[in-house]
Amino acid sequence: MATTEVERRRGQLAALSIAAVVIIVGVPLWWRTTETYRAWLPVSQIKEFATLQLLLSVDVEVVFSRGTVSPEQQKKVPMTQTQDEEHRVDENTALKYRYEIRYRTATIMEEDALKQPTASDADLSLHALSENPCGSLVVYVIPESSSLLSEDVDVYIGQKRTAILRLGAQMRVGRTLEQLLAHLEPRIKKILHMMSFSHTDITAALSDRVRLAPGNRENIVDSMRAFKSSPGYEITFSLLNPDPKSHRLHWDIESAVETYVQPLLTKLAPIANFSIDSQTLYYAMLGVNPRFDISRSSYTLNAESLAHVINPVEARLGSNAASSNPVLNFLLYVPDALHSPLHILDRKKQAVHSNAFHSPRWGGIMVYNVNDVYGPEAVLPVDININMAKVMGVFLAQLRLLLGVQSSSPPPGFVVASCSSTGLADWELDRLMWSRSVENVATATTTITSLAQLLDQIGNIVINDNIAEQVSSAVTSLQLAVAELEAGNLGFALQYSKEAILASERAFFDPSLLHLLYFPDDQKFAIYIPLFLPMCVPILLSLIKIASDARQKRREKQAKKD
Amino acid sequence: MTLFTLLFLLSSCLLVYCINIEDNVGQFFSSGHTNNWAVLVCTSRFWFNYRHVANTLSVYRSVKRLGIPDSHIVLMLADDMACNHRNPKPATVFSHKNMELNVYGDDVEVDYRGYEVTVENFLRVLTGRLPPSTPRSKRLLSDDRSNILIYLTGHGGNGFLKFQDSEEISNVELADAFEQMWQKRRYNELLFIIDTCQGASMYERFYSPNLMALASSQVGEDSLSHQPDVGIGVHLMDRYTFYLLEFLEDIHPASKTCMNDLFKVCPKSQCVSTPGHRTDLFLRDPGSVLVTDFFGSVRKVEITMDSINLTSVVSHRKEEPAANGELQKEVYSYSDQLPVSEIIHQ
Repeated sequence: MATTEVERRRGQLAALSIAAVVIIVGVPLWWRTTETYRAWLPVSQIKEFATLQLLLSVDVEVVFSRGTVSPEQQKKVPMTQTQDEEHRVDENTALKYRYEIRYRTATIMEEDALKQPTASDADLSLHALSENPCGSLVVYVIPESSSLLSEDVDVYIGQKRTAILRLGAQMRVGRTLEQLLAHLEPRIKKILHMMSFSHTDITAALSDRVRLAPGNRENIVDSMRAFKSSPGYEITFSLLNPDPKSHRLHWDIESAVETYVQPLLTKLAPIANFSIDSQTLYYAMLGVNPRFDISRSSYTLNAESLAHVINPVEARLGSNAASSNPVLNFLLYVPDALHSPLHILDRKKQAVHSNAFHSPRWGGIMVYNVNDVYGPEAVLPVDININMAKVMGVFLAQLRLLLGVQSSSPPPGFVVASCSSTGLADWELDRLMWSRSVENVATATTTITSLAQLLDQIGNIVINDNIAEQVSSAVTSLQLAVAELEAGNLGFALQYSKEAILASERAFFDPSLLHLLYFPDDQKFAIYIPLFLPMCVPILLSLIKIASDARQKRREKQAKKD
Repeated sequence: MTLFTLLFLLSSCLLVYCINIEDNVGQFFSSGHTNNWAVLVCTSRFWFNYRHVANTLSVYRSVKRLGIPDSHIVLMLADDMACNHRNPKPATVFSHKNMELNVYGDDVEVDYRGYEVTVENFLRVLTGRLPPSTPRSKRLLSDDRSNILIYLTGHGGNGFLKFQDSEEISNVELADAFEQMWQKRRYNELLFIIDTCQGASMYERFYSPNLMALASSQVGEDSLSHQPDVGIGVHLMDRYTFYLLEFLEDIHPASKTCMNDLFKVCPKSQCVSTPGHRTDLFLRDPGSVLVTDFFGSVRKVEITMDSINLTSVVSHRKEEPAANGELQKEVYSYSDQLPVSEIIHQ
């Protein structure tokens, strides 16, 4: 009897100790060894970015020249006005534009500059006087009687960040300063829309975040044509020579790139890095047969067949295997001797002056006719030097379009200065920088929020330290970018937004974030049950037996007491 | 009176002609995409699964013929049938008995071959989470204006597709991968075609917008193969893809056939199984979607209206004659075909 008692006691102790070990040691050990490593992410800050409130602030300086304000008004003029414009794009995104307008009178040197005979000369001398930081704007107001601008022109937009505005006729006699400012306000707004940004530009830049219903055709075309913001682009210039037997082509592409293209790309350096290649392809034909047009006595390609030209050529173009940057291809096609000259016709069957066409987000093709360089008695093959200035003029125009420099025609009464030697005016660069900053901020916020959502949803994904680091740095850069946009420092805002987008993309596309560890819960049970159930069942049963025995004993004790 | 009716007819004809031209112009920009990509995957290996490789290669051939270049096609073949030891006609993969059509051709670029075709690599290609050393040809570099065609074929079941006889991809994983693509705007519109048994189960779980899906059979049905060839000894193609190939052979880059015709390919009488499709997640009406929007690559084109007047003179680099008075000859060299050092040190 004693031995069974001891045996039973031993059995109970054994069961209890096994249960204790399993629960106290085993379960925490199993938990720690099977949990996935998830580094800490700034989730609360990421959640803040789900609702984006952007404030874009522009510094505008309005300079009154002599004759626009009366002497007693001149004393009141040095003043500052702040105008705010609010737009709500959708329930998560709100935009606010702040225009800080500073009014002042012109200095003597500026007055001298404005006395020049033509507007472009005035513009040049005004540039020599001061350098405006990027993102800001200066508007010079000249009296209605001034002869600087011609009759029908109200505004002249210069090559850097200046504009010359002429007062309207109704502002000639006896008006107050308030009337003058009220008269100027809509005109200045129009200038701002053209030289800085307009609401449509900014909402187009937010397209990653906000899927808007397509507006008119112009907006769709513009948004489809320009490349999306990317840290780098590859530009490839290709010379297509389908007839080497007749034409021996020489193009001095290296010098042409250095003289014409490189200045533009250096100016665009804050926006992206560019790498340039060039190649020559022999026996590369166009995919379509041009038709001979007797009225023009030349071969013609009409607009409908242009779409099929690109595909057969693209297979031979090649690209740099080491980078994943978007590629812009610029092709120069010299038609073979049998099909020269070759002209491109637009939809109205008119010959296109530039003889070139471009495809959105791909590049451009120019047809260069050489039939007038040699006569029919020339000895083949003929050496031909290609006029790189003409070619690069067209390619640069196409490059501007493909990079998003808007080419919309200016409103009536506006005259825009012709492009400077670099091919890009400072205010066009500013426009690009505004839309790129906003686009980068929008893309980075969506990337970060969707990454946080993904990591939250799938509890099994391992979050390594480097991902957490990238996410934190993306969040900090985003906060800085938004702050700089509010302060009006466009250059810094663009830089921070680029850093934000690089960090967020690196975090999102990290190869370790594959959600292949998708184990639905029933599969988890299917794995654990055969392992743990055979071990746990005896323990559980013995615990139950111990408990019921203890209850039995207590009942007996109760009965004995009674 | 007759003159009046004649004039009326003439003017109405002209009006219709004008509307047609405007329609063409409008249609150019109605699809909203600027480039096309294709991801074609054959998931089964071994010689008796010849038909799956033939399926994939026939879609590859159509897609190339209609204009998508190799740089925009990611072709994944789990096994090599053309150079298989058991192939009595090496370097060929036929789609029809009597060996009428060699879909292997002489210009095939396979990006993922053999054991590289795994669920992990497939999902990595779709979501873009590839290691930095992956070359360009193995990446899906699509953007928010790309239309992507995804074609999967192999052995499948209710809710899964078998890869390489050893692993599976489930419909939930596929739907999540597409959602990841949508979050990063890696596609504008996506057409998903699957030719396996119970193929319709694979598109049941999609929830991202702008997806259109086609499958060769419904849940509970098997997709059957078309016809065996006694010379080669295996079944050459699956029924659905065979009739799909027949349909695509009639399409050329400028054709205006729309997706509703694609849905009618291979009715039950020919296919024995019932092909299915899913368009509820697609924003546009399938009747207005061209087949070439996904299978071909019709570029949008704009005429360049202006050009910049460049006046600065090109500065030519002066070359000094060599010390011994002879002209310096410029030495050319081939550029690195595969910039290995750049790729490795990324």
